[in-house]
Amino acid sequence: MTIPQISIRNLCVDYITEAGDVRAVNNVSFDIGKGEVFGLAGESGCGKSTIAFALMRLHKPPAFISGGEVLFADDEGKQQDILQLSDGEMTIFRWSQMSMVFQSAMNALNPVIPIVDQFTDVIMRHTNKTKYEAVKRAEQLLQIVDIHPNRLTDYPHQFSGGMRQRLVIAIALALNPKLIIMDEPTTALDVVVQREILQKIYALKEEFGFSILFITHDLSLMVEFSDRIGIMYSGQLIEVASAKEILKNPYHPYTHGLSNSFPSLTGPKKELIGIPGNPLNLLDIPTGCRFQARCTRVEEVCRTKENPLRDIENGHMSNCHLAVAGESIGIAEVTTA
Amino acid sequence: MSEKYGELLVEGKNIVKDFKVSSNALKQPMMRASNDVSFKMYKSRGMAVVGESGSGKSTIAKMIAKMYAPTSGQIIYKGRDIQTITKHADLMKYREGVQMVWQDPFGSLNPTHNIFHHIARPLKIHKKVTPGNKKELEEKVYELLDQVGLNPAKETAAKFPHQLSGGQRQRVNLARNIAVGAEVVLADEPTSMLDVSIRAGVLNLMQKMKFEREMSLLYITHDIATARYIAEDLSVMYVGHMVEWGDTDEIIHRPQHPYTQLLISAVPDPSKSIHTKLEGNKGEIPLWTPDSIGCPFAGRCLHATSRCKDEMPEVKQLAENHFVRCHLHE
Repeated sequence: MTIPQISIRNLCVDYITEAGDVRAVNNVSFDIGKGEVFGLAGESGCGKSTIAFALMRLHKPPAFISGGEVLFADDEGKQQDILQLSDGEMTIFRWSQMSMVFQSAMNALNPVIPIVDQFTDVIMRHTNKTKYEAVKRAEQLLQIVDIHPNRLTDYPHQFSGGMRQRLVIAIALALNPKLIIMDEPTTALDVVVQREILQKIYALKEEFGFSILFITHDLSLMVEFSDRIGIMYSGQLIEVASAKEILKNPYHPYTHGLSNSFPSLTGPKKELIGIPGNPLNLLDIPTGCRFQARCTRVEEVCRTKENPLRDIENGHMSNCHLAVAGESIGIAEVTTA
Repeated sequence: MSEKYGELLVEGKNIVKDFKVSSNALKQPMMRASNDVSFKMYKSRGMAVVGESGSGKSTIAKMIAKMYAPTSGQIIYKGRDIQTITKHADLMKYREGVQMVWQDPFGSLNPTHNIFHHIARPLKIHKKVTPGNKKELEEKVYELLDQVGLNPAKETAAKFPHQLSGGQRQRVNLARNIAVGAEVVLADEPTSMLDVSIRAGVLNLMQKMKFEREMSLLYITHDIATARYIAEDLSVMYVGHMVEWGDTDEIIHRPQHPYTQLLISAVPDPSKSIHTKLEGNKGEIPLWTPDSIGCPFAGRCLHATSRCKDEMPEVKQLAENHFVRCHLHE
């Protein structure tokens, strides 16, 4: 078996707050293969972005990585733990191996600097290229995302929202990274522009062969775009499966609840059920399953025993105590007139 | 459309709204945010307005709420042009009947007051309770909180906005609409900031209000799938123009305007693939001014002819409840 591009093993991230320490990411493990799009979904505050920041090692106190390994495959196929790299090694690693498109990328560009300097800044910071070489590379990158190179000297406000998004993606591509983390890359965009951008990203992925960690709260979009999806709930990964499987045959009641929470554009109109209750307060974690208070199938074991993520069948993983291979919950057949 | 859809509450007739885009008084360039927009809102029926940002969706809601006055055209509420409503007593009556729900549940509640205050205030202002009768007021507030699913009501009433989740706050906003007995609710992206699991509950609550309290709902959104869930009528806006409107399912399944086709082909749906071809798209979204001519979509349309660039298409009725503004359908 080929080694995955990145293996995250038992990652934990803590925040120190006045009210107590909060474990925002708890024992999360998953792999992303070479050229694979892995989607990470979940509600606000479930730890999606915290994972993204941890992989880039961008956390600053009061947040810190309190455990786990992040194994990244280098060119020779050797795995190295990027959490063990020194700060200097990390500077070289960051962007050349793994880059990131931030949430609200529209605001990620500095409004008072022409974009050419924002490209060369990144390129010269992480490589030994001269200014001239860096500008040449910036011109190439602009062409890759279908923007005319003569616009390099423009300022961010002179571009439309979709173009700014493409600029940020171009900057992420600058050093040919092997993995790009995309944290809600299209959230503020209109649907038409969103689809154009995602199709562009997909085409670039096919051309350059990088892997993508795709984070969004829009499940419909995620199912369309990802190969595999991981669902998070209050800092834990609760289900991992292929995009085709996860909404059709969920093993975790939370995933099942999500699949009944958004209306579909076509097909029969189903009544939306939603998930009763509210997300868990991380300062007040119950014994056993974290979803127990909102779960309709809760049993005694859920309140007493820890529930690690386990393989249910053929790589479809879930942490639900009640999951049995071959007996997924399926989609509730509730139809309205 | 005939009276078979129930009582007509709000009607927009050829509404035009221009905004100044420069503070320079000498230049006075104008931008047309809404051009010849007409619509009808009925009791116990939802009308969704969809379109890209900047297409003029919110402008329509704000004009109905009397926050802006139309440059020309009329908005008729129960037979009366709302521009003629100027006396305080009449205005109060109008605001009692027409209420708004904002997009941001975090910005629309006062952080320094508890939930009780937020519900009690409209009750007092619109004299829905006997002045001075504290017990009646309390009972009414708890009853309202109960109705929107915020139980236990007594405990919720004592809380402050920061102690509630986004979905709960939006429920407080909806309780305020019920409190004054609103007949028309203008909801501007009410669920776009909520998580999916919470969103369903708020949508179902609005659905319930629509049927049980016979409210007329204006649902502004960019999410066409939720529009389908909650609204019987759908209006598609593009650069200040309503390009297609009518029965929601009819439009989603058989879109006739090229822009509607483009929009619907772009909506994320689990049954689609990311490679789903966009139904034609080129060029940029134009800035519409009072002097602009032709069809606003002509610059991006795959079927555009020279006529589309020079002449604004007339409204064409395709079915009893399906209208389109496109030269292809004449």
